[in-house]
Amino acid sequence: MLKMTHLSKVYRTEVVETYALRDFSIHVKEGEFVAVTGPSGSGKTTFLTIAGLLEEFTGGQYQLDGADVHGLNDNQRSRLRNQKIGFIFQSFNLIPDLNVFDNVDVPLRYRRLPGAERRKRINEALERVGLSARAKHYPAELSGGQQQRVAIARALAGGPRLLLADEPTGNLDTQMARGVMQLLEELHRDGATIVMVTHDPELAARAQREVRIVDGQVIDLAAPARLVENPTSHPAA
Amino acid sequence: MLGYYVGMALRSVRRNVALTALMIVAVAVGIGASMTLLTALRALSGDPIPAKSARLYSVRVDNWGPDAPNNAMLSDLVSYTDAMALLRAQRGIRQSAMYETTFGITPASGDANPFTATARVAGRDFFAMFDAPFASGAAWSAADDEQRAAVAVIGAHLADRLFPNGGAVGRNVLLGERSYRIVGVLKPWHFQPRVYDLSSRLYQETEDVFVPLSTAVDRQLHTMGGSYCDHAVGTVFADTLRSECRWLQFWVELPDPAAAKAYRRFVENYAAQQRSAGRFHWPPNVALLDVNAALRAAKMVPDEMRVSTVAAFGFLVVCLVNATGLMLAMLERRAGELSIRRAVGASRGQIFAQCLAEASAVGIGGGVLGLGLTALGLAFERLILREDYARLVDLNLDAVWTTFGLAVITVTVAALYPAWNASRLQPAWKLKAE
Repeated sequence: MLKMTHLSKVYRTEVVETYALRDFSIHVKEGEFVAVTGPSGSGKTTFLTIAGLLEEFTGGQYQLDGADVHGLNDNQRSRLRNQKIGFIFQSFNLIPDLNVFDNVDVPLRYRRLPGAERRKRINEALERVGLSARAKHYPAELSGGQQQRVAIARALAGGPRLLLADEPTGNLDTQMARGVMQLLEELHRDGATIVMVTHDPELAARAQREVRIVDGQVIDLAAPARLVENPTSHPAA
Repeated sequence: MLGYYVGMALRSVRRNVALTALMIVAVAVGIGASMTLLTALRALSGDPIPAKSARLYSVRVDNWGPDAPNNAMLSDLVSYTDAMALLRAQRGIRQSAMYETTFGITPASGDANPFTATARVAGRDFFAMFDAPFASGAAWSAADDEQRAAVAVIGAHLADRLFPNGGAVGRNVLLGERSYRIVGVLKPWHFQPRVYDLSSRLYQETEDVFVPLSTAVDRQLHTMGGSYCDHAVGTVFADTLRSECRWLQFWVELPDPAAAKAYRRFVENYAAQQRSAGRFHWPPNVALLDVNAALRAAKMVPDEMRVSTVAAFGFLVVCLVNATGLMLAMLERRAGELSIRRAVGASRGQIFAQCLAEASAVGIGGGVLGLGLTALGLAFERLILREDYARLVDLNLDAVWTTFGLAVITVTVAALYPAWNASRLQPAWKLKAE
């Protein structure tokens, strides 16, 4: 599903070159739930934004769903992002003056789906995250956990092949975090491919596989034995 | 997608009421100032006959010489001698010498009082040259011109007044002390500025009555328009005809610039002949001015007004630069939202289009308010302008559309850079920062 080989990302200024990712290789198979961990500034989020086609990489190869994404123009990258990737951010990133329904509608609008199809997908996504009754609410009227569920619904509505989550529980209290995590696990159980950046070892342990990044490089692959053989199975709670 | 952009634009207006209001006011003030002056300028200097303005020429011949007082520039009036010579030559597609006079008109029904009407003395070509629209009948014939027939064409207003039940053509009307047969009735004809007579008030309505030049000369109808003499002449009409007084306009219709060049050579040759004949004692000094050149030469619109209009548009540019700055600030504030949109699949083009749609909403708002300010500005101009000018200065449909169009187009242009800037933002950076 996601394959990066010897990938590098360099930020250059006039006087200094900073390697955010260096000789970075990772392979996430379809249906996998991978946790990406590492200290602050290690390159986790850079990896995620490159994986999500929000940022270009400097060298190496990146294949998304079997297609090389190098050299795609902005329209092609936007279309891929819209159709194949769902984002879940730490700070939810909902649009504050759109209600829940309209927030979930945003990616579907850019796909130019007919109104009836959009409504169907939005209702299904909201039902999936248990927020059907809150469709007309605005983000400010929801709890943090509910806002994150809306963000997940927005990510799900487009039927993405890959969910990218950046510290999805980072802004939530323990109880809400647990709820969101359970939701991600349910999605995974239903077949979603999930890559989750986190620095919480407990959450990372609930993924099938943990990829650790330090100084822009993958240094350690920890794969619980019970899951490697069957990547689509759900870890024990 | 357009509907979505419009919806988002309206949301943006609601979300940023103060900033949007500030932009709308900035745009509206610029639009109001420039449209007020532009509307007045267009009304006063507008081309009355755009389809033919490059084919109609005012012919001017210097029959006074360089030493005559007040002869610094060629007058739009020519002498009867020159007018007749040019007319007889028939070198244009159409041509007409003309002047203004007045008639006392006695209505046929005895219970109505006599009144005075303005009249244009002209050749039959006049109507076709200046696209005078006939409601019924037609111009008099060439034979009528030759035979000095007592025929007339009358305007719609006079026809309604004299013959309220219609059927004016073929009837007679008493103009002065003579009876004229009506051969044509014009539709209401708003030909302004009335360029064919630059010596009178340009912004008057067109005349009520039109009669053949040959007939008018035969009946010794004096001009009531401009008439200038380099020295005193006798009071007898024949003296005026023989004199070097300038009192007729002469217009010619020519098919193209080459014909205009040829016609100018012909007039120069004519002036040279007059010099050879001993009438002129100076080198040929002639001019051929098309409609717009004639209007410019008449300087009916003060230069100050043109300068003010340019200054107003300069002010509009300043207002738009201001609006551009405000838009940049507004979009900067919305970088988070735009980054989210990019993250979920909006292309740069779609972000650009959305920002332009939002700018258009500001433009429409600016147009509505600008229209109000323009109306106020024009109302003020009507208070301070001369009556015949003031009548022209109104907010017609053209001005309304121009105001809206100008507002939307200029604001959209002003939004190009902010929209481009917004579409180029790096969503990853913003989302990382969040």
